[in-house]
Amino acid sequence: MEFRAYIIRRLVLLIPVLLGVTILIFGLLQLFSPVERAALYIRDPKQFADIGHVIEQYGLNQPIWVQYGRWMGEIIHGNLGWSRVVSQPVTSAMLSFFPATLELALFSAPLIIIGGIFLGSKAAAHKDKFIDHATRVGAIIGWSLPTFWLGLMLLMVFYGFFSGLFPPERLSTEMSILVHSAQFTRYTGLNTIDAILNANGPVLLDALRHLVLPIVTLTVVNLAFILRLMRSSMLEALGKGYILTARAKGLDENAVVNKHARRNALIPVLTVSGYLFASLVNGVVITETIFNYKGLGWWAWQSAVHLDAPSVLAFALFSGILFVITNLIVDLLYARIDPRVRLGEQVQ
Amino acid sequence: MIDFKYLLYKLRQNPLSIVGIIIILIFIVIAILAPVIAPPPEGTIDPYQIPRYGFSPTPQPPSAEHPFGLSEGQYDIFYGLIWGTRSAFKVGLLVIGSVVVIGILLGSLAGYFGGTVDEIIMRIADIFLAFPALILAMAITVALGPSLNSVILALITVSWPIYTRLIRGDILSVREEDYVQSAKGIGASHSRIIVRHILPNSIYPTLVMASLDIGAVVLSAAALSFLGLGAPEGYADWGQMIQFARNWIVGPPGNPLAYWYTVTIPGLFILFFVLGWNLLGDAFRDILDPRLGKR
Repeated sequence: MEFRAYIIRRLVLLIPVLLGVTILIFGLLQLFSPVERAALYIRDPKQFADIGHVIEQYGLNQPIWVQYGRWMGEIIHGNLGWSRVVSQPVTSAMLSFFPATLELALFSAPLIIIGGIFLGSKAAAHKDKFIDHATRVGAIIGWSLPTFWLGLMLLMVFYGFFSGLFPPERLSTEMSILVHSAQFTRYTGLNTIDAILNANGPVLLDALRHLVLPIVTLTVVNLAFILRLMRSSMLEALGKGYILTARAKGLDENAVVNKHARRNALIPVLTVSGYLFASLVNGVVITETIFNYKGLGWWAWQSAVHLDAPSVLAFALFSGILFVITNLIVDLLYARIDPRVRLGEQVQ
Repeated sequence: MIDFKYLLYKLRQNPLSIVGIIIILIFIVIAILAPVIAPPPEGTIDPYQIPRYGFSPTPQPPSAEHPFGLSEGQYDIFYGLIWGTRSAFKVGLLVIGSVVVIGILLGSLAGYFGGTVDEIIMRIADIFLAFPALILAMAITVALGPSLNSVILALITVSWPIYTRLIRGDILSVREEDYVQSAKGIGASHSRIIVRHILPNSIYPTLVMASLDIGAVVLSAAALSFLGLGAPEGYADWGQMIQFARNWIVGPPGNPLAYWYTVTIPGLFILFFVLGWNLLGDAFRDILDPRLGKR
């Protein structure tokens, strides 16, 4: 099958999944009374005064498919309801919290991927040697660690014991005031990048200090997963005939491992990057909660604790759609790299 | 079909899996003997309710009476952890048991009959798999109203598609085997073929792996509990014990580690429980991975 045909096929298959995702979220919303659901359509706190009017206006007592159609219409126009926690529309709340989470992910993801690939191939190349056993035990402990506990222990040591070395939240109070003052331009909302663009050393340092523990917390658990996958994928690649050929013709062992085996071993690792994305989103909620790091995950947690269902469901919908798109991109990349995937589709 | 003698041989070869088995056995003993290890105070109606010894928010360090100390709100940490072991098993077994039953039912239907039935079941599964699991579980818990039962239901809802998909794959792999065809040939009914011929020959590896996922399930449940969406306050539950510790991470000036016991001890319980299952799971994964072969 030609690559373009494959892309079109995948895009068409996307439609039922996205529809299903919205139906599932809409279904969960139906567990609430019309009064609670009316909050979804509120854009101005004054409307709370006359909730009966809102219910009437948006037909929350009409047949379910009519409601679904209207709800979809609102979603497509970017109206996801009212977030009680931050007293603003859900869409603008999500936009304002997004940069903080993006910053956390931008630092963690490369660490996880590069670290996992490096350690995983090291372990495979030295199978049954010390480094293999050490990384194996490390990885199993790593993914058995409760993220929330790891974060709290790190705080206890690096915030408590080393008095304030790596503090929680995003910035210290003075830096936060400075960042929100007129002297500092918010280009992106990402503290580190804004600090560099403003050529402000102290803010950059402060932002990095606050990022260390959340990054470590997010990285440890996910790195373990990539590491183990890379190891088994590398072991499989090292058992292939072309490795024997490369060794037989006297190629340097480093070249065999780094050039011949690792490239092919990377393919299965690529396919789980979708999973890694989901795991990061899950981890972000817990990490941001522990460190009071005010990003999307923190907001989702606050909404959940305050039983603000429209906000939590909006967040679930948002992360679900992002996850579906991530998986699509991963599959397309996979098909691009490994033509067997496309051939497989054709055989079916 | 796995060879059980070979399996036991491989397990004995792997010291880590032995450690895993020992850890799990210890927790099973703790769960069974909970009323002996941490007897509920006299006149207790619900033993899962952690006894409290006052209402002061400040935690109290370990003492002879309270070996792990008292948490925020003067709940006995030792009691909470011992009875929390029962809660952990309850959540883990209920969730895994339910998803395995759902997985076998839907997975057999999809794998054996194929066609439209397969399409419908698997497309619905895809929708549930389209979310990051913990986020969907969180949304479901909020929608149902926070409680331990909501957590269990939410975890079942987000995990059934995984096992349905695995079991469907298992069934597909043996559907065309000669013995299935012969059974069809002599006129056996669909249910008999599935129950007597297909399932016994295909699903054991998946069942083994599923049962070892108890650790992961308990970890997710603890996370939801920690986020404040699980058991009501005072219910013996590991995630909640850590939630109690959240405001007591850093001690007073001059003694930053004053409240170490509130967070460290409950965390170690969760860590070791999950570790036990994961050690065993890792050994099984190596044994059952056909790509790595019998080496």
